[in-house]
Amino acid sequence: MSAEKLKLYQVGTFAVGNRLLDPDQRTVQARTERSNTLTSGHRACRGCGEALGARYALDAAMRATEGRLIAANATGCLEVFSTPYPESSWQLPWLHSLFGNAPAVASGIAAALKVKGRTDIRVIGQGGDGGTLDIGFACLSGMFERNDDVLYVCYDNEAYMNTGVQRSSATPPAARTANTKPVGDDPGNVFGQGKSAPLIAMAHEIPYVATATVADLHDLEHKIERAMEFRGARYVHILVPCPLGWGSESSVTITLARLAQETGLFPVFEAEGGDVVAVSKIRRRVPVDEYLRPQRRFAHLFGDPPRTDVILQLQKIADRNIDRFGLLEDS
Amino acid sequence: MRSQLEGSLAVAKAVALCRPEVISAYPISPQTHIVEALSDLVRTGELAPCEYLMVESEFAAMSAAIGASATGARAYTATASQGLLYMAEALYNASGLGLPIVMTVANRAIGAPINIWNDHSDAMSQRDSGWIQLYAESNQEAVDLHIQAFRLAEELSVPVMVCMDGFVLTHAIEPVELPTQEQVDAFLPTFDPRQVLDPDDPVTIGAMVGPEAFAEVKYLMHAKQMQALDLIPEISGAFSQAFGRTSGGLVHAYRSADAETIVVALGSVLGTIEEVVDELRTEGVRIGAVGVTCFRPYPLDEIRAALQGAKRVVVLEKAFAVGLGGIVGQNVRLALSGLPVQVYDTVAGLGGRPITRRTLRTLVTDVLEERLEPDRLAFLDLDWKLVERELQRLSDNRRSGPHAENILRDVGTVAASAHGGPR
Repeated sequence: MSAEKLKLYQVGTFAVGNRLLDPDQRTVQARTERSNTLTSGHRACRGCGEALGARYALDAAMRATEGRLIAANATGCLEVFSTPYPESSWQLPWLHSLFGNAPAVASGIAAALKVKGRTDIRVIGQGGDGGTLDIGFACLSGMFERNDDVLYVCYDNEAYMNTGVQRSSATPPAARTANTKPVGDDPGNVFGQGKSAPLIAMAHEIPYVATATVADLHDLEHKIERAMEFRGARYVHILVPCPLGWGSESSVTITLARLAQETGLFPVFEAEGGDVVAVSKIRRRVPVDEYLRPQRRFAHLFGDPPRTDVILQLQKIADRNIDRFGLLEDS
Repeated sequence: MRSQLEGSLAVAKAVALCRPEVISAYPISPQTHIVEALSDLVRTGELAPCEYLMVESEFAAMSAAIGASATGARAYTATASQGLLYMAEALYNASGLGLPIVMTVANRAIGAPINIWNDHSDAMSQRDSGWIQLYAESNQEAVDLHIQAFRLAEELSVPVMVCMDGFVLTHAIEPVELPTQEQVDAFLPTFDPRQVLDPDDPVTIGAMVGPEAFAEVKYLMHAKQMQALDLIPEISGAFSQAFGRTSGGLVHAYRSADAETIVVALGSVLGTIEEVVDELRTEGVRIGAVGVTCFRPYPLDEIRAALQGAKRVVVLEKAFAVGLGGIVGQNVRLALSGLPVQVYDTVAGLGGRPITRRTLRTLVTDVLEERLEPDRLAFLDLDWKLVERELQRLSDNRRSGPHAENILRDVGTVAASAHGGPR
């Protein structure tokens, strides 16, 4: 029995109701024995998608490894809000070194565990989109290329939120950031730039690559647990909306993550050995407007007159993803 | 066992005898032979257990060493020049976290202009990175310093850089005494980390620290280096007891006890300096030499004691602080503060320019005959004509072109014509 086939979900959220599931299939978070790896008391903003994503990802990884897990963390929001001196929210061995080296630090940890014969202990590297896609990208590619036994998780909130919302290579076109302001002829972030880290990860033909969002936490947990079934380099890319950077209500973090998937702007899929093996189908296709409108970073598209041309360009990106990954039920 | 070995191979073998558990390295001349030899030793199983990571950059090399060391593995890497700069951010991180990584630096110039040959610009640029810096005078000392470095690093939980002159030492083949595995095992205890990433006892390493405690954490780095000033001679003493030869320590004095003139230097050039000292001694010149083996921590008291009897001190250094002058020289002045000793600062051997006995004799004669001024930066063997010609070009022509190309053309290395120059 799999969650996918149940078709029993709560109206409005599409989340599978835990109590309707077989106990074996309930989320890690629903279990009293969950590890609370990123425990309460940290300083994340209200509605922080990254805190939510990290909590689910790490608790799932802890469950999969029976608590034998070490984390290497890049500099960024996750690092800052979790370890204000002299406090720490981490209930696992956790090392923060630098902004751009978390994958290499994780490789070093994995090498040390291997040489000590402690391959029962697993390694997770984690960082935001800036630390992963930009400054840490060489180290990430090196870790993939060597196929080091590391699961790297990127919490993608689509900009440098920790330094005050500047553009990263994960920032979507047209989005307002502190250095792509809605001024000039082409307001917001430029079109035709940026990169897909999951596709580049797949090009390394590493054992496992997946994307997920904090809208489907059950799926996120599944992907982390699945990733832990493999040895070698693995990559999970999680979309984590940021109320501060996106200019959205803290109550709509999960809604926005779901809309990102349901529009096709953020394809959710799994790949093994470089090939896509599963995609999360869009259950209710929505136009990109519905996703863009609640976010102040796109407010300039809905002025008077609205920039329907730009919205159409964004719709084309969504449509291309839908075609490319076969995101519709009948495709 | 005494054998005829290339310096790099000797150091690789010495490092292997120290049983590093994780080696992460990225190739850069003139470090390559060291990490190639270690790769061989790991592949053949001669060095086991050991994980060898062939990383994509020096930044990753140091980062992987950080991860490995924090997981309780003895970690080693080697680099040089641009590579050392490329890992600079991680160097400060390793020392700030207090991780006892040992690294060989095969000293090489820093570009631009790009240059693969020896000087000390690389290591000197990282003198304040919180790493202990030891400078080897010979390949034998390079071997011995590595064995001592692991013990020192792990005792204090501080990273240690062993500097050996690129090419001059790394590629020189000379007799080296390599200890046995039993000897090294008896001298170097297994790594017992002060902090370790362990799921049975989880800790947070690398937390954010604000103004309330940052200074204290940083001060501890200094406090540990001050402890190293006691520990380094202690380890050197234990080493000579165990291995029957003297290596390491803070400073090496050579015929300096009654010397009026003392030459101070770091690294392999000391060999040439000592020969010149011998020559001049036979001619009645009261001259000696002091080698600074440990440059960080800076052995202020020992250097003062070694130099205070002299009338003049000639500092010969293979790097300089652009816009100021000598680096070692400034440190020597600090050690001699308040004493009536004149300090002459001479930069020599940049980018691999040979420092010969002849030029050293000229330098000493110039100092003795007061042709050099104390406290003024001097360059040994600088071709002033070339410099003046280029300065003239700068003043004559707005688009005077790249310095290196112009000067190479002037010396006849490049045949093509300069921007606006004679054709």
